[in-house]
Amino acid sequence: MKLKTSITSIALGLVMVALGVCAFIESPSAAPAPSALLLNGTGATFPYIIYSKWFTEYNRIHPDIQINYNSLGSGAGIRQLQAGTVDFGASDVPMTDDQLHQAKVPALHFPTVLGAVVATYNIEGVSQELNFTGEALADIFLGKITKWNDPALAAINKGVNLPNTDIVVVHRSDGSGTSFVWTDYLSKVSKEWETKVGRNASVNWPVGLGGKGSEGVTGLVKQTPGALGYVELTYAIQNQLLYGRVKNSAGVFQKADLAAVTAAAASEAKKMPADFRVSITDPSGKAAYPICTFTYMLIPAKIDDPAKKKAIKDFLHWMLTDGQNDAEGLLYAKLPKDVVARELKAIGQIN
Amino acid sequence: MASAPITADGARFSRRVEKFIKHLRHGDEVAHLITLLAAASIIVVTVMVVYQLYVNSAMPRHKFGFEFFTGRTWDPVSGDFGALPFIYGTVVSSALALLVAVPLGVGAAIFLSELAPTGISNYLTFIIELLAAVPSVIYGLLGIFVLVPVLRKSVEPFLKSTLGFLPLFQGPMYGVGMLAGGLVLALMIVPFIISVSREVLMAVPVEQREAALGLGATKWESTWQVVVPFARVGIMASVFLALARALGETMAVTMVIGNNPRINPSLFAPAYSIAAVIANEFTEATGDLHLQALIELGLVLFLLTILLNGLARLVIIATTQKGAQGQ
Repeated sequence: MKLKTSITSIALGLVMVALGVCAFIESPSAAPAPSALLLNGTGATFPYIIYSKWFTEYNRIHPDIQINYNSLGSGAGIRQLQAGTVDFGASDVPMTDDQLHQAKVPALHFPTVLGAVVATYNIEGVSQELNFTGEALADIFLGKITKWNDPALAAINKGVNLPNTDIVVVHRSDGSGTSFVWTDYLSKVSKEWETKVGRNASVNWPVGLGGKGSEGVTGLVKQTPGALGYVELTYAIQNQLLYGRVKNSAGVFQKADLAAVTAAAASEAKKMPADFRVSITDPSGKAAYPICTFTYMLIPAKIDDPAKKKAIKDFLHWMLTDGQNDAEGLLYAKLPKDVVARELKAIGQIN
Repeated sequence: MASAPITADGARFSRRVEKFIKHLRHGDEVAHLITLLAAASIIVVTVMVVYQLYVNSAMPRHKFGFEFFTGRTWDPVSGDFGALPFIYGTVVSSALALLVAVPLGVGAAIFLSELAPTGISNYLTFIIELLAAVPSVIYGLLGIFVLVPVLRKSVEPFLKSTLGFLPLFQGPMYGVGMLAGGLVLALMIVPFIISVSREVLMAVPVEQREAALGLGATKWESTWQVVVPFARVGIMASVFLALARALGETMAVTMVIGNNPRINPSLFAPAYSIAAVIANEFTEATGDLHLQALIELGLVLFLLTILLNGLARLVIIATTQKGAQGQ
């Protein structure tokens, strides 16, 4: 009796394993219709929402083209493009010269939309929008300004009753394009920050608490009296966070909104290099918010499959023209006109 | 043409099949083979994991050598990587978790198996096992929204005013920090300790209890001096399981520990754990050295787990003479 049961169960087990293997082998045939052209991309999480919208929309207009996007982070986007395992990458940070040399095929940068980073805070009894300067933000994040009523802050916030409480610095703990833009800006406005800390997706923060993701930073800021942190503008608007104005290089305390972000890119457009790899933090425009960035699609300069090449070129053209109209509804700042014009020309560099 | 040999071969073949099937009837060989494969595959996977971690961390191993273990700086910009603050954060937060969770968990297990009425015991055990299935991000959120404010407003000021002379309870009180990390971990591992310890305690033969009672022991004396020592090995095993979970826990810890790689004796100060920094920085690590340093941290966590498990096993061997004789 017992033996029989054991044999039956073994047989049953083997059958199940066999079925499992069969199912595994057969599953790829259930993939999308063979006529649709599939493009795969990997990269930044910041533009994920608009990219999904674009790819769905584009598939609706061109049912024969399907674009998959995996938002694994800018680092993964650059890495997979270098290895040639994806059709395109995406990154909030332009690739460095070294990274470009390591890629199998030269990569081209196409800015898609713009983002900004804002300073959000939680001070008991203060519900106004505070003014900040780049130097003051750098000194706070260096741990040199430690109280909210420090003269450097009081002087630019006349009429606000800043308390004598400690500033609790909150930064991102996960590697992030947001941190890159923030530290890039601080490096431009403070020599001390540039030499002591520098710019990167993850840095060695001199002071403060680390929160995971925008939601982690926001959680800590909301919870901790006296906290000052930074998040993407999109996130701040969606969650109705209180955030401050920042003095731009023209001397104006500028509030971050989508127009001020596009203005930042416009004021830097003339100085932009031919490959679009440029940092637009601390721009010169009067109406510009100073802590902004492009986010990029990274496209191989040489694509062997003619169908794929055409699909990518067509998509880029659509994204730069019709696609831009989707940006502001989803709280992304759209590209300035002259940047669009230059990018449309650059599409011709894809061979 | 060659029909005769084929028939002969066929007959021989069918005899062989018959013999093979007869052999299989016993099932022993098959079972032996399958279980062997199962056991071997685990070892193969473990070896492969270690091999991959080792191979893919060549750059920082060559650059920093042993100093990787003692370095206190973690600077992705300048490419200077040391693991000590993360090792410290991992060990201290896990130790803190065990310090809280072991008495709580074992106490609850004793109550559930020995003292509580069966109905209540089963009911409570069911709820505790549900707790073990809660995803860690939920514990993290619970930590941020419930535990951290309580720590900042009540617990930490109380500790500072009463035990503030100890370096453990000094410095600014943010709520998030080593203490919050340890407490959230404790909360997460308690269900494992209770669940396994209760099973072990219930498996102690009734005769043991009856004998103790028969010799005039009180209920508590029988529980504490006979049943618990008898189940000691199993209770220890539950603690290891909990420790392993605490060492490797990522999400819940990173949400409340403050994520600052500095070694500070105060439990109020922010800290950082190995698993947390890997999860945080891996996706956006664009430099090879940074990426490989994170992989080497994975190797360090592996070694740390082996080391602590080894130590724990020594503790068992040293303390279980009584238990072994009992069996």
